[in-house]
Amino acid sequence: MTDTTTLLLGDVAPGDHLPELAYDVTATTVVLGALATRDWRPMHHDHDFAVNRNGTRDIFLNTPNQAAWFERYITDWTGPKGRLGRMTFRMKGSVFPKDRMVFTAAVEGVTTDEAGCGWASLLVTLAVDGDTKTDCSVRVALPTAPDDNPWARRGDQWKP
Amino acid sequence: MTDPTDPTVPADPGDLTADLPPEVAAVIGEYQYQETGEFPAEQGYIWTSCSSVENGNPLFWDPEVAAEVTDGPIAPPTMLSVWFRPHNWAPGRTEQALPLQVHFDLKAAFDLPEAVMTDNTIIFHEPVRPGDVLTTRQVLRSVSGPKTTKLGRGRFWVIDVEYLNQRDELVGVESYTGFGYRRSAA
Repeated sequence: MTDTTTLLLGDVAPGDHLPELAYDVTATTVVLGALATRDWRPMHHDHDFAVNRNGTRDIFLNTPNQAAWFERYITDWTGPKGRLGRMTFRMKGSVFPKDRMVFTAAVEGVTTDEAGCGWASLLVTLAVDGDTKTDCSVRVALPTAPDDNPWARRGDQWKP
Repeated sequence: MTDPTDPTVPADPGDLTADLPPEVAAVIGEYQYQETGEFPAEQGYIWTSCSSVENGNPLFWDPEVAAEVTDGPIAPPTMLSVWFRPHNWAPGRTEQALPLQVHFDLKAAFDLPEAVMTDNTIIFHEPVRPGDVLTTRQVLRSVSGPKTTKLGRGRFWVIDVEYLNQRDELVGVESYTGFGYRRSAA
């Protein structure tokens, strides 16, 4: 049976921390991620190009696939009714095969907008060996009650 | 307090723009490079994307959950740019359009050989659904006056890429802050 447990806005408070997600990156992770995002650039699948042309130590995760990882991390926490409003990325370093990437996040704020939509603001960090590789500020809508559904909002009712 | 020499500090949109060349000033706020994607959003790619990051969100795997929560299947919001990335090859194509062409136009206009993207914000509106065909358009929002950073001397600019579906509904906006520059002399 599908788990559709959903976090409610009232379950969340500033200072809360999301459960950590750790994942061991392989060359397959990088190549699959690049192709899944239709990014054909060689630095994401060709080791020789990445090392000898880009000067990096290996192929590395592309940005759109990192966005997909951030989304997965956040909606693992919110459940299916969590609806992303906005994400801002700051790239600080690359993620390579053999890296163990670790996602962590803290709730920075909880608000309800004038349309009645509940929002949590998160700072999500992707780190390797304790070094931050990407910071991502996220605004995600959460139901304010069991019968609320942010996905039902359209037009003026959705202010991401 | 922000460090004015930090290349990751975005430009102030109200920054000096009086010195802009007329051809640059004329396109601020104007839609440019409207293009339509080469294929419709489709379920197979949604599963490939979810698989690549082991995303088990039932919205994307269980039709009953999708029907209940989102009134039918949708794509993960972060797949926004996927639906617009061109095929690596297509019959008859001789030249591939550059994504974010406005960025390259600005590098040329200001004769700035190097550039980095310092910030990328994605704002999600209407969900993308299988069968949707997206159109994009680029909008130059602002260009700063000359700035000197650790990388060199150049200008910051903010470019929005708007994504619309075939019903002209806004599905998302990607906003990029770029810094075009010329390396400092050693």
